[in-house]
Amino acid sequence: MSNHENERKRTFMLITIPILALFICFNTIPLIRGAMYSFTNFRGFGSYDWVGLRNYVDLFSDARVGRSYWFTIKLAIVTTVVVNVISLILALGLNSKIRAKGFFRGAYFLPNILGSLVVGYIFNYFFTYIVPALADMTGIRALGSSILSNPDRAWIGVMVVCAWQAIAMNTIIYISGLQTVPEDVYEAGGLDGATGWKQFKHLTFPLIIPFFSINMVLCVKNFLMVFDQIIALTKGGPAQSTESISFLIYNNGMSGGQFGFQSANAVVFFIVIVVISVAQMKFSSSKEEQL
Amino acid sequence: MKKTSTVGKSNRTVLVLLILGLSTIIFPLYMTVVIAFKQPSEMTNSISGILSLPSVWSLDNFREAMRVTDFWNSLKNSLLISVLTVGISILIHSLMGYTLGRNKSSKFYNFVYLFIVSGMFVPFAILMMPLAKQTAEMGLANWFGVILLYVVFYMPMNIMLYSGYLTNIPLALEEAARVDGASTWLTYWKIIFPIMKPMHATVAVITALAVWNDVMTPLIIMAGSSQNTLPLAQLNFQSQFGTNYNLAFASYLLSLIPILIFYLICQKQILNGVVNGAVK
Repeated sequence: MSNHENERKRTFMLITIPILALFICFNTIPLIRGAMYSFTNFRGFGSYDWVGLRNYVDLFSDARVGRSYWFTIKLAIVTTVVVNVISLILALGLNSKIRAKGFFRGAYFLPNILGSLVVGYIFNYFFTYIVPALADMTGIRALGSSILSNPDRAWIGVMVVCAWQAIAMNTIIYISGLQTVPEDVYEAGGLDGATGWKQFKHLTFPLIIPFFSINMVLCVKNFLMVFDQIIALTKGGPAQSTESISFLIYNNGMSGGQFGFQSANAVVFFIVIVVISVAQMKFSSSKEEQL
Repeated sequence: MKKTSTVGKSNRTVLVLLILGLSTIIFPLYMTVVIAFKQPSEMTNSISGILSLPSVWSLDNFREAMRVTDFWNSLKNSLLISVLTVGISILIHSLMGYTLGRNKSSKFYNFVYLFIVSGMFVPFAILMMPLAKQTAEMGLANWFGVILLYVVFYMPMNIMLYSGYLTNIPLALEEAARVDGASTWLTYWKIIFPIMKPMHATVAVITALAVWNDVMTPLIIMAGSSQNTLPLAQLNFQSQFGTNYNLAFASYLLSLIPILIFYLICQKQILNGVVNGAVK
């Protein structure tokens, strides 16, 4: 028997070592290297010096970095709210007794499987040519020029494209949540006079809170890391008004000669993501305990 | 009786609203198809000029787009990367998930589990610059390097899925095989691996969708290798299309067709996989 135990232990160790080594090589080591570069003035090539915390000090006084955080966080919050409200309504509709349920669910999920870069290009055209042409036809002056070329409104275009794809995903998760609610809960609630909004607020929603927190985590994380949509829609413009954090790190770090400085930015971004994720998980697990 | 009639009515309202809502999904796709088939001369600045059906359904734009974006080569690269990533992920991640899931009482394996799973919080933004340097130094700035990176990126999520699924599989199955004298390695491949089939499907779907549509990794790793994936080809050739939107839209449509076909064939598995991956 102990012979078997030894064989089992040895096998597990032989499996773990190479896979763990692969993970360390392409995840842990680059992470450490990234953190190290953040203390240098490395431009991506040539020699470099250690500069201590200067990059971090500069980071907090850099207007462009500040703007990218403001844009990314604003986008993440607004899009998360918009997506979850629409997804919940859509999921309630798709979960009611309707004809061709399977077809509708399949069709509404479609945006999620399409590549966000190409979706971004298609919407770029939509905002640049279709919306202004429609505005001309209907005489709405405010939409006469492309919102993507307006520094105050370009973020709305990015928001619409992010939402278009994310709604598909969140809806399907809410539907699977609604399917866990047993029919007799509604029947019992119906006897107590709980219908419509009341029924949703007091019966349905509390029962699908776990799915609500999954969607919150998914949304916030994805939108904070937004990149493809920016490349396809605005390339950070106009007037640097839609530079997401990932885009700025890529743009200035990879080709802008700010390897060291943007590494510091990436380290701060990493900490922000960890803090938000941990806070969300704490919050949702305490919510679930209450139930 | 009254109750059923109101239910029927509200359902019809829901149905109508759902059909109207569907237009927000169909319209961009309709626009893509129509523009892709038209010639630049047919495009005017009015809505009807842009959205009317093409006078001739010609495939010329597609032929030209295929040539400009080197479509077949990009498609081949995308397929190669996706299929290999999914295959390797299923083999390696399930094995690691099994090892970690069956050793929850060991301090060492518990630490390894937490260590790998916490990799989920690491944004690509912090890894991309060091990885671009590292893959270049290691001679991995090509499709093979991209596959290796994907296997590492999706490891935290997939290991969590596999070791979670494993808690439903009774230990007795393995113990029976052990009594028969089978080694741990053999027991895994003969008994555990086939039982985890539902989880393999989930992992395959979420990994494949993520890899197929990813832009950033190939952009950073393969940019200098003169090889493209489908999304990378769209990005690289965007500037060459200039204002020929018809050609551009033909190439967008071409790059969407493979995943649309995949979705039409395995819609059920994809929906199940995506939900399982997110909920578990």
